Amino acid sequence: MKVRMLDIAHARSGDKGDTANVGVIALRREWYPVIAAHLTAARVAEHFRGMITGPVERFELPNLAAVNFLLHGALDGGGTLSLKTDAQGKVFSTALLRMTLDMPDSEAARLALPPAPPVPPAPAAS
Amino acid sequence: MTPGNRKSVVRVAGGQGFWGDSLDAPRQQVEGGAVDYLMLDYLAEVTMSILQKQKERDPTAGYARDFVGAMESVLPAVVERGVRVIANAGGVNPPACAAAVRQMAARHGAADRLRIGVVTGDDLLPRLDQLIEAGHPLRNMDTGEPLSMVRDRVLSANAYIGSAPIVEALERGANVVVTGRSTDTALTMAPLRYEFGWGAEDWDRLAAGIIAGHIIECGAQCSGGNCLYEWRSIPDLANVGYPIVEGSADGTFVVTKHAGTGGRVSTHTIAEQLLYEMGDPRSYITPDVVADFTTIRLEDVGPDRVRVYGIEGREATDKLKVSVAYRAGFKAVGTLVYSWPDALEKAQLADGVLRERLDRLGLKFDRVLTEYVGASATHGPLVGTHPDLPEVQLRVGVRGQDRAAVERFTREIAPLVLNGPPSVTGFAGGRPKVEEIVAYWPALVDKRVVTTAVEVLS
Repeated sequence: MKVRMLDIAHARSGDKGDTANVGVIALRREWYPVIAAHLTAARVAEHFRGMITGPVERFELPNLAAVNFLLHGALDGGGTLSLKTDAQGKVFSTALLRMTLDMPDSEAARLALPPAPPVPPAPAAS
Repeated sequence: MTPGNRKSVVRVAGGQGFWGDSLDAPRQQVEGGAVDYLMLDYLAEVTMSILQKQKERDPTAGYARDFVGAMESVLPAVVERGVRVIANAGGVNPPACAAAVRQMAARHGAADRLRIGVVTGDDLLPRLDQLIEAGHPLRNMDTGEPLSMVRDRVLSANAYIGSAPIVEALERGANVVVTGRSTDTALTMAPLRYEFGWGAEDWDRLAAGIIAGHIIECGAQCSGGNCLYEWRSIPDLANVGYPIVEGSADGTFVVTKHAGTGGRVSTHTIAEQLLYEMGDPRSYITPDVVADFTTIRLEDVGPDRVRVYGIEGREATDKLKVSVAYRAGFKAVGTLVYSWPDALEKAQLADGVLRERLDRLGLKFDRVLTEYVGASATHGPLVGTHPDLPEVQLRVGVRGQDRAAVERFTREIAPLVLNGPPSVTGFAGGRPKVEEIVAYWPALVDKRVVTTAVEVLS
């Protein structure tokens, strides 16, 4: 079953130089193991491919039901050098929540994970 | 260390999250209910360089001027009810900041009621060459390059200092403490340390004070502001309550806000703020202690009340972080809005035209960045295909070392309104402004070479 991160977590992001951090927090404590098991650094790096130039670091905070990611080379140089609208990485949080996880149906049912809504037909490209 | 008194709970209110935050919050924090300390954080990474530029033009400037107005708005609480104020508003000129506050108080006949503690010693700019010569290369923590590479372009250099000088000022009876580049978190930890007599190696409690500071240093960002969790249901943000830490001697504390204010304090709002600007959560390094964010426990203990406990810390390192600001070229950002139909395609065509013209003019930039606001500016390629959008903002930025080239770029946006693709508007703001870039150079320095000083004016 497909599960959207947006439906099982909230998040906040910020900056440190050219690095954006994204803290991902389970909406319910019992959903934290899903995030801890499936939201790997490799998957997050794949998600942000083309948007960041450096590696992804990952830290677990089980006490807060949260995982913290550092996305290096995310901010066009960062701080005042950056020309980006989001020079301080404030909305990398919701960018990460665009991810979708593939969950075994049994586990999804056991944890009452909300299923991702059906994908609407793609609109014609402009 | 002798505690100032024997309160069982000490209330530290956060009233400012950065220079430019709400002008009303400081007064609301001291008038909305009981507080013992008002903590005001004014300094972000680039603020020091802005202040340094101001000081070069005027030796009595170089501090956060908003603080004088904030002090005026809380003066009755300070002189009549004994609320103490701790602020890093001193910027690169804490003595001038203190003098301005005294002048303001004198106008109200209250100058003799203020004992202003002034903390100095963080400013390394006058000692920079001497430090480099003495074998402190101040290498950039991200790139490893020594500061000598940009020495001639340095505007400001400040060590992040800890709680000790603030504690000393409080011990000496200050009811207002003005610092320069203190860490944001020390402004909250210091009064707790002072009141409860925590020792310099009481790692767990010091870490708890630091984490209390991290929670409230961004003002209402922990009490419902910028909170994604159930954001639609967060009440009355127009009257958002700024945060208050109710600290106890054992290092546990409750985060709350005044009754009757908007916003929300819950384990969710606090968790979001804890993760803001987080690096390795096991090692949150400060001048006083290394705090471990993986030990924090949160518990909802009432409406808008979160108890925070279980915090552990360990010995601080022998380094201080140094924030250096240096001139790093020029930049400008220009925008135009293209409308339906085919807004994105029109904006893309305009970008191509603009870039070709910049090329033909032979202008050289270190970086040209195009974003399509409304289509992909913040989430880039993650967005996928678009419906036919009602409008798209074309946003082009350039950066480079040559001011004239950046200046010329700003003249190439407006002509597109008449000589580029159609359905274009949104140029009311005029020509883009050329900005000098003041960049941030993070470094470390041995703690032993930084000596702070405290003066208490009375």
